[in-house]
Parts: sequence; C-alpha cells; structure tokens
Amino acid sequence: MATEAQSEGLAFHPMDQFIVKPLFGGETVGMMTPTNVTLWMALTILAITGLFVFGTRGRAIIPSRIQSIAELAYGFIHKMVEDVAGKDALKFFPYIFTLFCFIVFSNFLGLLPKAFTTTSHIAVTAVMAIAVFLTVTIVGFVKNGAGFLGLFWVSSAPLPLRPILALIEVISYFVRPVSHSIRLAGNMMAGHAVIKVFAAFAPLILISGIGVAVTPLSIIAITAMYGLEILVAFIQAYVFTILTCVYLKDALHPHH
Amino acid sequence: MEGSIVQMGAYIGAGLACMGMGGAAMGVGNVAGNFLAGALRNPSAAAGQTATLFIGIAFAEALGIFSFLVALLLMFAV
Repeated sequence: MATEAQSEGLAFHPMDQFIVKPLFGGETVGMMTPTNVTLWMALTILAITGLFVFGTRGRAIIPSRIQSIAELAYGFIHKMVEDVAGKDALKFFPYIFTLFCFIVFSNFLGLLPKAFTTTSHIAVTAVMAIAVFLTVTIVGFVKNGAGFLGLFWVSSAPLPLRPILALIEVISYFVRPVSHSIRLAGNMMAGHAVIKVFAAFAPLILISGIGVAVTPLSIIAITAMYGLEILVAFIQAYVFTILTCVYLKDALHPHH
Repeated sequence: MEGSIVQMGAYIGAGLACMGMGGAAMGVGNVAGNFLAGALRNPSAAAGQTATLFIGIAFAEALGIFSFLVALLLMFAV
C-alpha cells in the first residue's frame, strides 16, 4: 500500500504480489508480452490436462488414486448441474466443468509460495463472469423468446407491487456479472494480502525485543490463514460454479 | 505535512469502508446460524440444503467484498 518502509525496517508490501510483470525482463507489458499471468495460466491448463489425461488413461474398474480424483470431480459437478439447473441443462455441463476446473486449479496453484494467483485479478474473473452472463442471456432469449422477460415480472406478487419488483429484478440481473466476478477476485486478493501483512510482521524479532512475542504469533497467524485460504480456494470455485448453475436455471425456466 | 485534503479524505474513507466488514459478518452469521437452527430441528432435510446455504453465504459476503473494493478504489484510484 502507500505505507513506506517504517523506521524500524519492517516493509509492508501486501499488494506487490499482484503486479503483472513481463516474464523475460523488460518493463512494458504489451498485448502479446508473456507475463507471470501467462506462466501460471499455462501451468493451470497443464495441471488440468495432466489430471484428466492420466486419470482417464487406465479406465480401470478399481480406479487408481488419480482416476478417483478425476471421477469425483466429474461426478460432483455433474450432480450439481443436474440438481440445481435441471436435466435439460446438462448440455452446458462441459462449459460449467471447464469453468470449475480452471478456477479451482488456479486458486490452488496460487497458494504455492512465490506463485501468482491469476484469479485474484478482476480482469480475469470479469471475462469469465461476462461470458456466463452473455451465455445465460442469449440462451434465455433463444429458448423462451420474449417469455424470458417473465423472469422480471413476478406473477406471484400483488399487482401494484409488480412494476417496482420488475425494476429491482432488472437491476439485480445486471449487477450479476459485477458481483459474480468481484466475489471471486476479492476473496482471493484479500486472503493473499492478509497473509502478506502477517508475513511482514514475522521478521520483527531481528529488529526489536517485542519481536519475541510478535514473531511466533504472526507465524501462527500465517498458518491459520493459510488453512482458511485452502478452504476459501475451494469454496469460491464451488460458489462461482453453483451460481452459474442458478443463472442457467433462470434462463431455462424463467417462471417464478 | 505533505499531501492534500483529498488524500486525507481518501484514507479516512478507506478506513470507514472497513465498517462494511461488520455488516458482512452479521449477514454471514445470520445465514449460517439460521441454517444450523433449522438443521437441528430437521436433520434429515439439512443435507439437501447445503447448496442453498452456500449461495446465501455467497450473496451476503459479496456485499462485504464491495466495501473492500471501495477501499481499494480510494487507495489506488482516487
């Protein structure tokens, strides 16, 4: 943040880990410059490809460990799409499963020390959220025609209330991509920044006497936050996926 | 004494945006607490509602994240 290195020598730079840098030196980031984002996205894709290529290679009756992981992930999302969005949403299953895999793998790869969390950038999550928003809107109009607008006309409410509710529904519909993207990016960014703030307290023992108390506390805090981040990394991917399913259900069955 | 009154306002505003954290905490606590209260009365129906629980928590939490965003905008964009 704006805080300079303080007089005792503690350096707080919790947001430096989110800087996009060119991979092979140089200063400017152009349209085609390979950056650390490129590297970690490529690693994410490689990890996903590796899991599913090696996981489905054997196709054993008694699955190996890697095959079980691939099958569990597939079954988990398949059941989620079927339960939340309905059977006719299953033709969107490949898209939703791709989203889930990408988010969960980049969240977890971002937890490695020195790694870059691609999902902590709103630019990355906004592209995914806008893609979901456009898909859902187009599917809604193609499937239901003008009947899709029934989503905004709450027919169970009393008649005088309906125009007001329609306005609120329209606003909440257009806020969806904003909250959808910022939820993921904000959660990842906030968690990693908190870990970095605690990490900046850890070398206090080298500087002053109070560090005897502060350093163990901050190390414990980093460990605890890291545990929470492992949970959050999965839950945020789960939430992003399940909200995609909920939006898809609205598009396929727009009647309240 | 350097900086301007605009910068002071931005820093104060960024600090005030932390109050949104309390609101999000109350919201998430409310969702989880009510889920638990309902789940203890009818444990057999609880398993089917965990997805709803997470959706509710996500909606409540998103508004807290918005205040974080406001703080970031005040620190870096104003």
